[in-house]
Amino acid sequence: MENEFKHLQSAHCENGVTTNLLKTIGVNKLTEPLTFGIGAGLFFVHLPFLKINNGPAIAFRAMPGLIFKRNCDSLGIPVERKKFSSKESAKKYLDERILSGKPVGCQVGVYYLTYFPKEYRFHFNAHNIIVYGKEGDRYLISDPVMEDVTSLSSYELERVRFAKGALAPRGQIYFPKEEKIVTDEMIANAIVKGIRKNIFYMTGIPGDVVGTNAIKGTGKKIKKWRDKLGQKTAGLYLAQLVRMQEEIGTGGGGFRYIYAAFLQQAHAFHPKDELLEISKTFTQSGDIWRNAAVQAAGIYKGRIGSQADFDVMGDYLLQIAEIEKNAFRALSKIKWHS
Amino acid sequence: MKKEDIPQDDGALNKLTKEVVYAVDSLGNYSTELSTGWEIKTTALDVAWKDIEQRIENARQKVLTNEASPILFFMELRLMDIGIVSAYTGFWKFTIKQHLKPAIFRKLADNKLRKYAEAFNISIEELKTMNVHGE
Repeated sequence: MENEFKHLQSAHCENGVTTNLLKTIGVNKLTEPLTFGIGAGLFFVHLPFLKINNGPAIAFRAMPGLIFKRNCDSLGIPVERKKFSSKESAKKYLDERILSGKPVGCQVGVYYLTYFPKEYRFHFNAHNIIVYGKEGDRYLISDPVMEDVTSLSSYELERVRFAKGALAPRGQIYFPKEEKIVTDEMIANAIVKGIRKNIFYMTGIPGDVVGTNAIKGTGKKIKKWRDKLGQKTAGLYLAQLVRMQEEIGTGGGGFRYIYAAFLQQAHAFHPKDELLEISKTFTQSGDIWRNAAVQAAGIYKGRIGSQADFDVMGDYLLQIAEIEKNAFRALSKIKWHS
Repeated sequence: MKKEDIPQDDGALNKLTKEVVYAVDSLGNYSTELSTGWEIKTTALDVAWKDIEQRIENARQKVLTNEASPILFFMELRLMDIGIVSAYTGFWKFTIKQHLKPAIFRKLADNKLRKYAEAFNISIEELKTMNVHGE
């Protein structure tokens, strides 16, 4: 069946699903950067001891699901979120919802996501798509990272909804429960909430597992990778860092550019000139992340690889940690209601 | 990143879509642009896949020299670790480690082999012989 769902491409899947789903209940003013900022999406985490795909467990963004949740919480939109133990009930629930003309967000694994190129199909279970209709046996899919909509057979959709392993989706679907009028004032308040949350997650947690401390910690670790892991594995680790930072979904520079765009757009709701200045700082940080990626590439391509080259790489991250710490400190000093 | 610096290199993703990136114009204002890819990250992905291919080949050799059962080969081929194999088959990790031993693998009943075959999306015959067709 047809409905009026409108597909809009975004850099990151969860931003896109959130923005596009909220549009279906009449919230039209949220852009991808606003959604990302209100969702306090900017992050850095480096989990010790754990490995993902035989490389370091590093992420540049908040835990999957949080961006949608924080947006709806901050804007007072009630959310329905369901997981399923059986494939039959998962399909039945989805069908009923879609037949009533209501699109839903779906968490899926990408390993069996047939329309993805083979090179991108890892066991990554936190991809988000919107299912917005059904024609015969095919579900109509809006994957926000793609330019156009696509479709999956019921078998293909079931397989990705019930992918197994870390962050297994267990058929999870979610959607805003009812229409809601969201005023500019509500968005303005949500922006402040999102920024405060992001300040806390990036600078308020002790230890060096998350936030700017973790960026610094990773910078120091990188300097030791050459001796500790050997040239080849160190190169693989750096390649993994670059993929987490630059791969599809990040908008470039480890989400830093999206965050800079968010601060610019926030200025329309809060005319504080500091926002524009701090936006520039995040652009600068994103640029250094990309310079670091170029340095890393020199190492994993085998073009360079001396200890001095690893030191340069590590120093980039130390520099970024300092810049971002100061940027968040500047954000925390803004007087919102004066 | 400035608009004119957005890389338009080739990459695997290009088969599917261009991707959205954020960049500033000459006035410093952000907007979205499309990019076909960036050589730096294409190489990062290539490096990861070369490593995977090496791991698959090492696993194949281990099976041929009787150091491991074919489960190891398919585990690498399907980019899985023991945790993921455990989630798909329902076997405990400890049990899977036992099944990785060739002598124990050879005595496995068909109902257990079937669970592995399903997890790897192959037939029992393919599981035993490491000959795999298709996906």
